[in-house]
Amino acid sequence: MAGTVALRPCGDFRTSYGSDQTVFPTRMSLAFCVLGVAALSLAPFVFGKYVLSLLIQIGYLGIAALGLNILVGFTGQISIGHAAFFGFGAFASAFISNKLNVPVFFAIPLAGLATTAVGLLFGVPAARLKGLYLAIATLAAQFILQDFFARAGWFTGGVAGTAAKSFSVFGVEISGDQHYFYVVLAYLVILYLAAANLMRTRDGRALVAVRDHYLSAEMMGINLTKYRTMSFGVSAFYAGIGGALYAHYLGFVSVEGFDILFSIQFLAMIIIGGLGSVMGTLMGTVFMVLLPEVMGGLAKMLSGSAIDRLLSLNEGIVFLREMTIGAVIVLFLIFEPDGLAHRWRQIRAYWKLYPFSH
Amino acid sequence: MEWTLLFHLVLSGLIVGALYGVVAMCFVLIYKASQVVNFAQGEFMLIGAWACWWLLVKFQLPFVLAFLVTLAFMMLFGLLIQVVVLKPLIGEPVISVIMVTIGLSIFFQALMKWMFGVSAQPFPPIFAAPDMNLFGLQIKTVYAMSTLISIGIMLAFAWFFKFSRMGLAMRATAFNQQVAQSLGISVRKVFALSWGISAMVSALAGVVVGVVSGVSPALSFFGIKVFPAVILGGLDSIVGAVVGGLVIGVLENVAHYADSQWLRWGNLYEIAPFYVLILILMVRPYGLFGTRDIERV
Repeated sequence: MAGTVALRPCGDFRTSYGSDQTVFPTRMSLAFCVLGVAALSLAPFVFGKYVLSLLIQIGYLGIAALGLNILVGFTGQISIGHAAFFGFGAFASAFISNKLNVPVFFAIPLAGLATTAVGLLFGVPAARLKGLYLAIATLAAQFILQDFFARAGWFTGGVAGTAAKSFSVFGVEISGDQHYFYVVLAYLVILYLAAANLMRTRDGRALVAVRDHYLSAEMMGINLTKYRTMSFGVSAFYAGIGGALYAHYLGFVSVEGFDILFSIQFLAMIIIGGLGSVMGTLMGTVFMVLLPEVMGGLAKMLSGSAIDRLLSLNEGIVFLREMTIGAVIVLFLIFEPDGLAHRWRQIRAYWKLYPFSH
Repeated sequence: MEWTLLFHLVLSGLIVGALYGVVAMCFVLIYKASQVVNFAQGEFMLIGAWACWWLLVKFQLPFVLAFLVTLAFMMLFGLLIQVVVLKPLIGEPVISVIMVTIGLSIFFQALMKWMFGVSAQPFPPIFAAPDMNLFGLQIKTVYAMSTLISIGIMLAFAWFFKFSRMGLAMRATAFNQQVAQSLGISVRKVFALSWGISAMVSALAGVVVGVVSGVSPALSFFGIKVFPAVILGGLDSIVGAVVGGLVIGVLENVAHYADSQWLRWGNLYEIAPFYVLILILMVRPYGLFGTRDIERV
């Protein structure tokens, strides 16, 4: 499992547990994060519609991927059904705001809680299972939920799908990418801070202990059932929030699309970013969102050339994207199992210590 | 209630179930030998089926020759996958290994779609007589052949593990890797060979399914359907895999029958095995014939 221990330069000693467990290890990192958020909040004024839509996509997918990373990277439980929870959140939010007439502002967190409930339901078998059994159980959950979406017309609108209202706060409707961006950004910042904070609490450390050696963890008085179920619940909550944001962004949720490939994309995000790394999750999401765009651009550049005619790039681009997702998962696991977060730490340490190597 | 319909459904369930059993056996073979859960089992079938179809249609090879070439190719393919992808991951946590096979599965599925398209392609007719008469029952020759081949593979597996030297070495490795190694068994060879055999036999099953109902990307769903079968039978039991496959095959059809007669939920054919899967995992996660691992704290 990927190590969560950061590379720390020589001579950087901590003298109290408090300073060892801060969310921001140095004042610089705090400053960088604040600056980063400030810079991002200027984005709607700077970028056009296309970049903005990519940023929003990164936002809601990043939230859901973080949920999966809490489950896989921090607790060592595997889930191949994350997209189904994401989809459930999307439908739940649309349902709550349409049928129960709850303002969207409240519908999104409520959808998160509803998804948590479903996650806990599937977490009950998960508490007893581990490793590959759990992988198979969540695989079953994926198919059962997908089937449920297609069947439960009262909830999801059946095959026709369902419309989702646009975001509104106390009667003030927020529409358009430029305004919706701030909603996603707010959720992203709050949920990422919450996750980083979770990891310094007793509960968060208990999750890591369960991952590292569950038998020892149990001997130290950690209730395995409780924490495995809890991790499933938290993960589903994040997925639900991400799904709800997705639903109100697009304004429409269709039954298709929450398939197993989407679940695997979430897995790819956290593998690429780095299992057990909060910021790595965001890097992985950025990578996975930009990958199809870059490939589309490349295919466009090559269109008409000999390579294009030989490989029929334009018709095959969908499959090429899928292939790249698979290949990226395999290559990262073999050559860079700790993900981009690890690489980033190494680069940072290198420049910090330049021109010395230690 | 229509008894004849039910009887036919159970029979066709057994025929399909025998194929599930064969693929499940291949899955268990890999799991037993190298402790890897292979999510790409269905893709082995798919690749084998497409390879054979390609040889038949594009090169007009006779069926037997194309079939043998396919098997040889898949054997090499399985060996290669193990050596290139799985070997660097020996000793890595279970999650990494699972995810690598998921990655492989996505990759090859998309590759096959890209190379051969998404629509189903029928195999050229292989048997002269499309139907045959068996004990007064009119059945399609392909179904009879598919059942015969399934039973043949199962017997071959039984012989291989009971009497052949390599099979015994594999069982020894599955039992205890260190002891096997100290007795002079090349564990590396066993790992690679288990992947080779598994890929080859899966491809054989893939070709059979292809001959029966045409080749299409949907074929790789077999690899997913295998999970209910192996969990039911027990992850590390070859016999369990066969029994599990047969049960799941029959269950699908009976669930479909119950659905169309009384429940009218729709789509139960696809989903019922997964409900069973969850149920088994709750009640008896080690399955009917699997070893129960006991942990004491």
